[in-house]
Amino acid sequence: MSTSSGVRLPVPRLAPSSHRVHGPSALGSDLHRFWSLTFTLARTEFKLRFYGSVLGYVWTLVRPLLLFGVLWVFFTKVGHVNSQKDPGEKFYGAQLLGSIVLFTFFAEATTGAVRSVVDRENLVRKIHFPRLVIPLSVVLLALFNLGLNLIVVAVFALSAGVHPMLSWLELPLIIAALIVFATGMAMLLSAMFVHFRDIQPIWEVLSQILFYASPVIISIQTVILRLSPTMLHVYMLNPLAVIFQQFRHAMITNATPSAGAVLGSWSSLVGALAIVVAIFAIGFAVFNRAAARIAENL
Amino acid sequence: MPLSTTAITDAPASTQAMTALPGGPPAISIDAVSKTFRLPHQQYSTLKERVLHPMRSTDYDELHAVKDISLQIAQGEFFGIVGRNGSGKSTLLKCIAGIYGVDQGRISIAGRLSPFIELGVGFNMDLTARDNVLINAIMLGISRRQARARFDEVIAFAELEEFVDLKLKNYSSGMLVRLAFATAIQVDAEILLIDEVLAVGDAAFQQKCFEQFFRLKREGKTIVFVSHDMYSVERFCNRAMLMERGDMVQIGDPRTIGRAYHKLNFGQLPHEAPTVAQAESGTSIADAWFASTTGERVTSASQEDALSMCFEVRFGEDVENPVFAATLRTELGHTIVVARSDQHAASSGSFKAGESVLASFAIPNWLTPSRYLLTPSVAREGTGERTLALVEDMTSVVVHGTTSGGILELPVHVKIERA
Repeated sequence: MSTSSGVRLPVPRLAPSSHRVHGPSALGSDLHRFWSLTFTLARTEFKLRFYGSVLGYVWTLVRPLLLFGVLWVFFTKVGHVNSQKDPGEKFYGAQLLGSIVLFTFFAEATTGAVRSVVDRENLVRKIHFPRLVIPLSVVLLALFNLGLNLIVVAVFALSAGVHPMLSWLELPLIIAALIVFATGMAMLLSAMFVHFRDIQPIWEVLSQILFYASPVIISIQTVILRLSPTMLHVYMLNPLAVIFQQFRHAMITNATPSAGAVLGSWSSLVGALAIVVAIFAIGFAVFNRAAARIAENL
Repeated sequence: MPLSTTAITDAPASTQAMTALPGGPPAISIDAVSKTFRLPHQQYSTLKERVLHPMRSTDYDELHAVKDISLQIAQGEFFGIVGRNGSGKSTLLKCIAGIYGVDQGRISIAGRLSPFIELGVGFNMDLTARDNVLINAIMLGISRRQARARFDEVIAFAELEEFVDLKLKNYSSGMLVRLAFATAIQVDAEILLIDEVLAVGDAAFQQKCFEQFFRLKREGKTIVFVSHDMYSVERFCNRAMLMERGDMVQIGDPRTIGRAYHKLNFGQLPHEAPTVAQAESGTSIADAWFASTTGERVTSASQEDALSMCFEVRFGEDVENPVFAATLRTELGHTIVVARSDQHAASSGSFKAGESVLASFAIPNWLTPSRYLLTPSVAREGTGERTLALVEDMTSVVVHGTTSGGILELPVHVKIERA
């Protein structure tokens, strides 16, 4: 095989099983490994939080519960909320807790994802694996917490007098929509943070705005009363507003209108749906494009 | 697998020949691969800036980390990549691993590639060894069930049975590398890429690591490793490549590459100290050379012929019975022979200032083919002897012949008979 005549040697044929090495990508070629890695990373993080400190999981629950406690005391004892007068504010506590738990998931998944790729630098630079695993594992971790927190919501709601309803069957669909939106944002933010380090404070502010621009503290009736029909349509463009309101309607009480009923028809929710789809598509496209060079741009 | 041995020549003339494979189909084929990094002048830009000045282009420098490298690595080969920091060796390894995409050219591999390039990557200090081994195995692409099955083996190899449920942050650094090595070695990939660390831990564990490398070698795994440690490169590699500033400088037999690396690194050979001339005494070594049996000066010699190490001393003062010595070393600095006049001659005599003296030490040439360096010296007699003159590596000789792999080719009388 050795030759001294040519400057470049003839390339010997590789074994039949040979394949070309591609650079890193978002999804990789082995979907099984992709999921198993995502799950393992999320599970590890979860385990660390669960067993990491004396009170373990309690701490992940304390923040939403504390927020809930403060808001609940403030708005029912000091503020204007009166469940007796306004049927939409029936089970106000359960509604408030439900929205807070959903928002906590969204906040954990997105703000956690922002730094995720950069913080896992040692993995990114030294192991060949699909890059999307990292932000997805953050979303999955937040989902584990959401699952546990939803049990707390259910217990709270049942003890407050909420009866199990057929509409609880809608919940998986509502949660799925929330996951898609959060995943889209997670992909977008984590990829952008590699280049733009001011994404983190920007997103912290934006997510606070989203918190107040969604039916978390206030009931939708108040929103309907205060806003002009046009502004109400704008309000309902926020995917979180739609998701939270539908969750309250399906999970807590039918006394509060469904997301569709707020605007009069389901078709007017198409804007919010389009935003969810668009964020997911843009998020994936941006991440996919960045994936090949993330390791060298860190 | 025998080490490939080639006659050592002064120039990297063997480069072309050594690009060819020592047999077997290639496991890794690298074809005209280049990799360029863009280094922006500002480390990170902000979104604010981008929004306020959308048209401002960001300045960047280009770093050509790997420049047009082509090579094939055979199945079952142990291939070393050496070079100084920033020479592009790790970048090339990462391109093979698929961690970086290449800008030009293509890389093909045959067989399963271990996705790891460094030991202990992904270890979490807050988790126990048990968890970490399982997580690492999954990153390697092993299923959870398989990982559990191999767990005991890994822990046994690392000799950490008592510490399985201890968090890694409580491990000593030695325990940590043992665990990392044991985890990495369990992978059943056909191609392993290893950056830097080869032998880790204490001497006993190092021996175990070496045994594992020989096992992998026997099993026909292809291993590419990047190292600064010439000892491991020479010990394990079939071939090695020297890189500098993204270029392939030389490829070939590990010993040749090892020497070239030392030259590049230190501008000289490892043990080469600057010439020590003992000026105060005024004594100097005027010349040094190797000579054949006929007394002829030679720069190359064949095995079997006797070889003389000769030098000329000019004394700067009156000296009684000085000790002449000739030290013969390999290019890596291993001392082969120290020939001293006081051991082999009763007395050397007395010399006056200004006198010139020729010293010659004849030895049988049992040296293995390589280049050897002569360090002549002369010292005052007695204990606590003081050097009068010494010149490190003043001259050299290249020995030709055959090798069995050792550093000396001693005459052997073989006798095989039925017991």
